[in-house]
Amino acid sequence: MKTLILGTTALALSAGMAFAQDTVRLGTEGAYPPYNYLDDSGEVAGFERVLGDELCERAELTCEWVTNDWDSIIPNLVSGNYDAIIAGMSITPEREEVVDFTQNYTPPSPSSFAAMSEDVDLETAVIAAQTGTIQAQHVSGMEGATLVEFPNPDEAVAAVTTGEADAIMADKDFLIPVVEDSSDMVFVGEDVPLGGGIGMAFRESDPELRAQFDAAIQSMKDDGTLNELIAEWLGEDSPKF
Amino acid sequence: MRAARQRGARDREIRDIFSFCSDPATLDGIAWYLCYLTTGKHMAFYVSFGTVLLLLAITAPAAMAFGFGGAMAARSRIPPVSWLGKGYIAIVRGVPDIAFFLFFVIALDQAFEWTRHQVLCPDWDQPVRQGNDFVVCDAAKLPLGNAPQWVHELYGFGVAVLTFAIVFGAFAANVLYGAMRAVPRAQIETAEAYGLTRRQAFRRIVVPQMWVYALPGLSNLWMVLIKATPLLFLLGIEDIVFWARELGGAKTPRFTDYPHGDWRVWYFLALLVFYLVFTRVSEIVLDRVMARLSRGQATAAGEAQRKAA
Repeated sequence: MKTLILGTTALALSAGMAFAQDTVRLGTEGAYPPYNYLDDSGEVAGFERVLGDELCERAELTCEWVTNDWDSIIPNLVSGNYDAIIAGMSITPEREEVVDFTQNYTPPSPSSFAAMSEDVDLETAVIAAQTGTIQAQHVSGMEGATLVEFPNPDEAVAAVTTGEADAIMADKDFLIPVVEDSSDMVFVGEDVPLGGGIGMAFRESDPELRAQFDAAIQSMKDDGTLNELIAEWLGEDSPKF
Repeated sequence: MRAARQRGARDREIRDIFSFCSDPATLDGIAWYLCYLTTGKHMAFYVSFGTVLLLLAITAPAAMAFGFGGAMAARSRIPPVSWLGKGYIAIVRGVPDIAFFLFFVIALDQAFEWTRHQVLCPDWDQPVRQGNDFVVCDAAKLPLGNAPQWVHELYGFGVAVLTFAIVFGAFAANVLYGAMRAVPRAQIETAEAYGLTRRQAFRRIVVPQMWVYALPGLSNLWMVLIKATPLLFLLGIEDIVFWARELGGAKTPRFTDYPHGDWRVWYFLALLVFYLVFTRVSEIVLDRVMARLSRGQATAAGEAQRKAA
């Protein structure tokens, strides 16, 4: 009996070894162009899709893309529903307490405000931002300004076009295409540098996987392919390494 | 991903029929809409209606089972069983749905994984809780880390059904508990006088007659359940609300072949029509069931039927 139990345990354990990280599940939001969005056929696309696929190839991993609502993207990572977050998430000390980041794959980039007219006074304006972002945190710290939060970036933009909010604060890279393709939206005020750049987030108990991706990001920085990707997806003017 | 790839393939098949869709920028009018409404994303939107209907079809009987069990437990003459039934009804009814759907699902998932972990990996020497992380051995993961995406989706759907069934089961239990007590006492006394045991009286007298008292409450619950399906999105399932929001949001030409403004109002209007039609059909069906159940019953509706006949 004892050998039987030992035998099955050994089997279970060896099976466990074989399972280890066969597929890495990458969690993203799928609603933050140009970083990540769903294309016309409903698949994840964008800067992070291309970057993530390249990183997985360099780290010799098989990766799978999963979309998750922004609000619960960290809880679902720590409870193990996917293995990494690659969703335009800026590296901040608050998030570092819960998850571990790789080195950044975009340099710290500015956040900016956009509004329907140039004479919006940001000091007293109602400003829209996505919940749980560094921009929402920044606006809540601005005296006089009122923060309204939205679950996804699309709705924050829509709030400005419908007049519900006076301005939106978001990553500049996200706002550039929005402003350029809109007939009446303009950038207002000064850009604000926020966060330590964007990185991939991992469970704190998963240092090996994080190290693999960290090395892959480093190799893309070293051979310049990361800068090319940034220029292609985020614009020639976006900060580079 | 596999699901997405299949979607892509299906999308291309449709593309072959609508071959003119290859260059949407040149299209206008009906052709543009034909192509736009058949993108892979739209197909996923149409499929999600099926997801919602399937969820309802599975959840409704599952919730009834929970409700029946809960009501029977609450009626039990053994105090601990009765406390269990009443506790289930009181606690689940008292917790806000949204809290239930956000926290309970993760807790349920972790409870499954923890149990499997204890059974499958007895030699594991690290703690399961490491700070914020919940770490179980790879063999205990549900679904397994290397399972294809559709298994993950199916599992998520199963957890969603279970959560819905538990929540709505508590309300159903309360309704059924009341309905069982609404069956006239004289009926049960008569059964006892004929020598039926308590169990026989319950099965042959109480249960067949209670439905007429339960149906108004249950039909209410059904309507609320239909309207509660958008909560699926909280559980990570891409339901009709998710796709309506995703498809309706303004699209710039840079990221799609079919740029358009903020069309969310139209997509949500479609959802409104869907829900209204669905609830209306439900109402008609439930009215018929009610008429059938009232036949020969000592209720106002039953009495009216008798007089009309």
